[in-house]
Amino acid sequence: MEILVCVKRVPDTSENEIEVDSDGKDIERDDLVYSVNEWDNYAVEEAIQIKDKVGGSVTVVTVGDQESEEVLRREMAMGADNGILLEDDAFEGSDGKGVATILKAAVEKGKYDLILTGAQADDGAAQIGGMLAALLDLPYASLVNSIDVSDEKKLKVGREIEGGNQEMNEIEMPCVLSIQTGINEPRYVGIRGIRKVASVEIPTYGASDLGLGSDAVGEGAAKVKRLDYFVPELGEGAEMLEGSTEEKVAKLIELLKAKGGIK
Amino acid sequence: MKAILALIIVAAGVGTFAYILASRMAPLFRAAQGPRPDRIGERLFALYHFPHHRMPRPGYGDVGYPHITIILSLILLSIHVLMVIYAGFTGLEMPGMESTIGVAYAAVADIALTVLLAICVFLAIRRGHLKPARYEVPEKYGKDKSRPWALLLIGALGTIALLNMIFLGSAAAAASAAGEAHRFIPPLTGTWFAGIIMSGFSVSGAETVNTLFYFLLLISIFAYINLIPFDRMFHTITGPATVFLKKLDKGSVKPVQWGVEDEKVADLESFGVKKFEDFTWKHILDFYSCADCGRCSEHCPANAVGRPLSPRFISLKGRDYAFSHYPIRGPFIKNEPLIGDVYEEDEIWSCTTCGACEEECPVTIEYIDKIVDLRRGMVDDGMVPQSLQKPLNALGKRGNPWGKMEKKRAEWTKDLPEDVRIKDLSGGETAETLYFVDSITSYDDRMADLARATATTLSAAGADAGILGKNEKDSANEVRRFGEEMLFMDLRDHNTGMIQDSGAQSIVTSDPHALNALNKDYKDIPKAEHISQFVVRGLKDKNIAFEPLAESEKDKRYTFHDPCYLGRHSEIYDAPREVMDAIPGLKRVDMDRCRDRSFCCGGGGLMLFYEPEEEQRMGVLRVEMAKEAGANVIVTGCPFCLVNIEDAIKVAGLEGQMESIDLSELVARQIKKG
Repeated sequence: MEILVCVKRVPDTSENEIEVDSDGKDIERDDLVYSVNEWDNYAVEEAIQIKDKVGGSVTVVTVGDQESEEVLRREMAMGADNGILLEDDAFEGSDGKGVATILKAAVEKGKYDLILTGAQADDGAAQIGGMLAALLDLPYASLVNSIDVSDEKKLKVGREIEGGNQEMNEIEMPCVLSIQTGINEPRYVGIRGIRKVASVEIPTYGASDLGLGSDAVGEGAAKVKRLDYFVPELGEGAEMLEGSTEEKVAKLIELLKAKGGIK
Repeated sequence: MKAILALIIVAAGVGTFAYILASRMAPLFRAAQGPRPDRIGERLFALYHFPHHRMPRPGYGDVGYPHITIILSLILLSIHVLMVIYAGFTGLEMPGMESTIGVAYAAVADIALTVLLAICVFLAIRRGHLKPARYEVPEKYGKDKSRPWALLLIGALGTIALLNMIFLGSAAAAASAAGEAHRFIPPLTGTWFAGIIMSGFSVSGAETVNTLFYFLLLISIFAYINLIPFDRMFHTITGPATVFLKKLDKGSVKPVQWGVEDEKVADLESFGVKKFEDFTWKHILDFYSCADCGRCSEHCPANAVGRPLSPRFISLKGRDYAFSHYPIRGPFIKNEPLIGDVYEEDEIWSCTTCGACEEECPVTIEYIDKIVDLRRGMVDDGMVPQSLQKPLNALGKRGNPWGKMEKKRAEWTKDLPEDVRIKDLSGGETAETLYFVDSITSYDDRMADLARATATTLSAAGADAGILGKNEKDSANEVRRFGEEMLFMDLRDHNTGMIQDSGAQSIVTSDPHALNALNKDYKDIPKAEHISQFVVRGLKDKNIAFEPLAESEKDKRYTFHDPCYLGRHSEIYDAPREVMDAIPGLKRVDMDRCRDRSFCCGGGGLMLFYEPEEEQRMGVLRVEMAKEAGANVIVTGCPFCLVNIEDAIKVAGLEGQMESIDLSELVARQIKKG
């Protein structure tokens, strides 16, 4: 099975203190450390597990700058066979649809049976998977938390439903799936693994390689524009429980009961 | 005729034994490179010292002293056994009886045989009837083969002693019956009794018994020898080699591969132990040397709290793997991955590397190196629990497991009292003494108190001290011990450069994990010392003096909890106690398990992030031990111990009854200022 996984380099929220910059349009990016978007990492692990089971290859692709190469290498150290970097100044300022358009062009340069994305990334928009499927005119399932390769043409995919319920679907390939965290346990990528793939060639495609004009991608084509970015003011509402451990527990249970948390 | 029969038995016995031994050695030749023996003098001393010091450690005298006696008896009897074999070729006449020395030696042998038989009877009762709990085999490790084997081996040894007595006694009886004087036999020995019982026999009757029991004895001796390589008795052959080749530097970790320089480590095909033959031949020898005494597991804190780890079975499962995959007869069986098949992931991650097992093992088997090697293999294959992946990634990116910003590493200095002077060397200043703070003490709100206390002490003692500030990264003690060697090397190289650039002449730390890493894993930097050692020196040089304990503290009893990396791994037991004893008015008690028998608090470094399966916390057990000792204040000498003990006091519901404080805080509280 030929699998393509779309990944993104994002600031690692657990390892940074995020502050909004002085313009109020973005976060302060000096001193940030970046890593692969967590959901994408689960998607790559899933792709590698499918490949290990039924054969084929895994390609990871990202839209970004030269520094994004590090996440491609990380995922290749994990076990992805190929990486593709989509980089062009013309891509800058793309909105969600613009990014999906770039990815669509990259998908069409190859022949993939399965395209995976993370359910969402750092900005929480969760839009690329769906848009990419629509642009490619392929079937789509979102928030996928299990994949069962049942036969050559079809997959059985599980989806997480609000309230902890589970749904099972059959989906025809080729298709696009957005992957939820928890679908697997991504393997660890050590320094040694990353060094092993340090010199592997990663092809870079720009707008002209993908046959994209400035009317389709970039700032000019973006129809969604960010106006403001801020940290909401802290509201009241936190209550510190006082007393001994037993008293605190008793108060907590009382509060949870009162608010309907436990019945 | 007798000589031919003896020849057949001896030849068959020796031949079979050589063949079995050769098959047992086969995996050693396929194994990874082991250490090359150096420091021969120290090793010879270890060979002499460890067995008889370890065997009768407190609590093990009941079997330790009998065991030492068995060894001494067997050493004494070794020549006797050769003489017995020789007798098969000289008409069953024991050689050397014409000389006084020969007769005297025979008498000594009679006594040794009697002692041996008596001990075998005692041991048989102990294993067969008293059944000490530590030999029990938990269900998950399969059928208990331990006790049947123990009884067989004890029984066989006792039988040999008994047959020997009858053989020797019948010879004396035959001589008496023929009206000749027999050699001197010490009264009340087994041989003497055997002679008495057979005293009424005719010459031919006694000679028949003599011949019959000679051959039974000869067969038993060789049968026993051939049993040796099938169970724990193998330690009698491989044990001395294991002790001789033991790791001499406590707290250190074996290189990824012996004989491969650091620079070339990155080029290795594979890391760590993934299949059995990735173990070093020394480690396979360790498996063979396990005497199945169960002491490691009895002292293992992971085992005590119900984590899925019992060091005894790390050895026994390894040994059984070797036995089953390198059979005496038939082809070798193809190897399979160890994790999942022989060892479990959680089993290997459960170890805190506290070293209690190694401290106890009478044959000095290494466990930490094997655990680290297995972890290296798992890290290389990506098998790392999610709970450890985040801190490892953060260590790679930010140099600390929480992913906190580098520039905030020295933030704790902001709250220092005004009169405390400590330089931040990241700006290019130099200092005589470097305080290596390490991650937890730099970033954790509570543990930063230890940093401030240490800085206060250094300053009060008039030391020209500084910190690396944002240039310091994690010492990586646990990074290495959790198997991420390449990340460890990056962090070590970074810190080494920074320490060298700082121009410091000496290093002080309040974190024993850092102490261990700096002293064992780093090269070309000044020797590091723990703050307790610095204070002891300060007391001696009169740079440091203590105020008496406050009145409210004088009724309290203080106890020192030996941190694993300060105690067992760095062998610093006295310094913290000397410091405490120097504080006027402080009453100190020791817990039952203290010093080299200290009980791990739960583990430090990356172990703080690991989520083990366990029934209770090690820290809780430890706090209860302190309570039992009658202590109200647990003094630690390690930030990780303090984290775990503070938590454990709450979990154990002992808040208000039990306190904890780090030695550095105690010192800073009591030190005379100005």
